[in-house]
Amino acid sequence: MPEVAVIANPARAAVHPVQPMIAVRGLTKRIGTQEILRGVDLEVAPGETLVIIGRSGGGKSVLLKNVLGLMQPNEGEIYIDGQNIIGMSERQLATIRRKVGILFQGGALFDSMTVEENIAFPLREAGLRDSRVIQQKIAEMLEVIELQGQDKKLPVNLSGGMKKRVGLARAIINQPSCILYDEPTSGLDPVVSDSINRLIRRLQERYHVTSVVVTHDMKSAYDVGDYIAYLHQGRIYFHGTPEEIQASSDPIIQDFLIGRSTRAD
Amino acid sequence: MLARFFTSVGAVVLASFIYLGELVMLAAETTRSAVTHRMRWRLFLRQVVDIGLLSQLVVVITGGFTGAVFAAQTYFQFNKLGVASGVGAVVSAALFRELGPVLTGLMVTGRVGAAMSAEIGTMKVTEQIDALRALAVHPVDYLVVPRMLAMIVSMPLLVAECIGFGLVAAYFVSVNLLDISGPYYVANMVRWTLMRDIVMGLAKGFCFALLIVVISCHKGLTSREGAVGVGRATTEAVVNSSLAILISNFFLTMFLNIIFPAGWQ
Repeated sequence: MPEVAVIANPARAAVHPVQPMIAVRGLTKRIGTQEILRGVDLEVAPGETLVIIGRSGGGKSVLLKNVLGLMQPNEGEIYIDGQNIIGMSERQLATIRRKVGILFQGGALFDSMTVEENIAFPLREAGLRDSRVIQQKIAEMLEVIELQGQDKKLPVNLSGGMKKRVGLARAIINQPSCILYDEPTSGLDPVVSDSINRLIRRLQERYHVTSVVVTHDMKSAYDVGDYIAYLHQGRIYFHGTPEEIQASSDPIIQDFLIGRSTRAD
Repeated sequence: MLARFFTSVGAVVLASFIYLGELVMLAAETTRSAVTHRMRWRLFLRQVVDIGLLSQLVVVITGGFTGAVFAAQTYFQFNKLGVASGVGAVVSAALFRELGPVLTGLMVTGRVGAAMSAEIGTMKVTEQIDALRALAVHPVDYLVVPRMLAMIVSMPLLVAECIGFGLVAAYFVSVNLLDISGPYYVANMVRWTLMRDIVMGLAKGFCFALLIVVISCHKGLTSREGAVGVGRATTEAVVNSSLAILISNFFLTMFLNIIFPAGWQ
C-alpha cells in the first residue's frame, strides 16, 4: 500500500491560535486485524464547523465514536475542551459528554419512547422535573426541527429524515458546546438533505456550537463546512476550506470529488 | 497433537474465567451504582410489573401442577408403606427447599431473562446504548440497576407464590382425589415445615434473581452482529442462567443446610 502524503494547511495555526475544542493526535484504531485509523491528527476550533469526508468504510464514524469515547483507540490522544479523554472511565467521560452532543447515523432513537420522550430524555436525566418547562423546551425543539404535531409518534412510525431530526433535537436540547454529526444526510432525498443542512447551519448561527460533520455527501460538505478534512487510508490527507479543496488538483481528491473509481484505490 | 489439545482446553478455560470475571465486574458495578446513584423509580416500577406481575400466571401454573403431580407420586409410594398421611410433609419440604425456588427460577429465566437479554441486545445493535452513553447516562444505571432491584423484590414473592399454589394443589389432589385424611395431612405438613425451610426457599429465590439478571443483562450488553447476534445472546442467556440456577442450587443447598438444617430437631 503506498504511503499517503499528507497535504497540510500551513495557515491553520495562525487562523486558530485559541485552544481547540477538539484535538486529536496520532489516533490509531484497529478492529480485529484491520487498521482503520493509522495516525489521525485533527483540530477543531471553538465555533468552527469541520466536515470530515472520505469513502464509505474509511473510518469516519469510527473516528467520531473515538472522539466521544464510545470506542477506545489503540494509540493516540484526544482532547475535548483541553481535557485528555484517553484512559477516562465511563463515569468520568460523562462530564465530557455533557458538553458534546451526537447525531447518530440512524438517529439511534429509543424505540420504546415517543418523539417527545426522546427529546425530553436528556432534560429528565439532567434532573429537570418541572413538566411545564420540559414541555416548553420540547415545543421549542419541535419548532427548530420543523416537526410540530409529531410529538406523540413512536420512532417506528417516523421516516429516516424525521428520525434524524428528532435525534438532532435530542442531541442539542441541553445546549452542548459541540455537536458531532454522523452522516446526517445519508439515505435521504435531496430535499430532505437540504432541510437537514439548513438545520445544521441554523443551529450554528443560533447556538454558535462547534460542529464536526462526517459525510460523503459533497453538497452537504460545501453547504455546512467552514473547513473540510479528507480522511484517506486511515489518515487526514487534506485539510482546508471548501474553496481550497475544490481548487485542489490532487488526483486522489479529484477522484473523490467527482466520484471517479478508476484511481480511487 | 497433545499440544493442540491442551491449547484448546486452555482457551476454553481462559474464556470461562474471562466470562466469569465479566459477570462479577457487572454485578459489582450494578451494586455500586444501586448504592451510590439515584433511583429511577419509574423504570423500577415498570420492571416490577414486567417481572413480578406478568410472571404470575406462569409461576402459578408451574407451582400448582408440580405440587399436584409430586403429591400424587409421593402418595403412590407412601401408600404402599402405610404412611400416606406423610405426603403433605414431604411435598411441603420439597417445595420450600428445592422445587419452589428452582422451578420459579427456571420459569422466570425463560420469560424474563430472555426478554431482558433480547431488549438490551437490540438496544446494543441499534446504537441505543451508545446513545445512552453519549447522553452521559451509564447503561448499568439505566438498564441493569432497575432490573436487578425489581428482580430482588419480585423473585422471593414469586417463589412464595409458586410454593403456595403448589401446596394448595397438593392438598387438593391428596385429600379430594387420593382420599388422604385432611386433618392428618395438614397436621403433618405444619409439623414438618419449619421457618428455616421457608427462609431457605426465599434465600434461594434471592440468589437466583441475582444470577438471572447479571447473566441476562451481560449477554444483552455484549451482543453484536445484528439480529443473529441478539438471537444468539438470548439463547445463551437462557441456557447459561438455567445452568447457573441448577449448579448453584446444589452448592446453595449444601451451604444453607449448614445454617438451616433439614428436618425437625
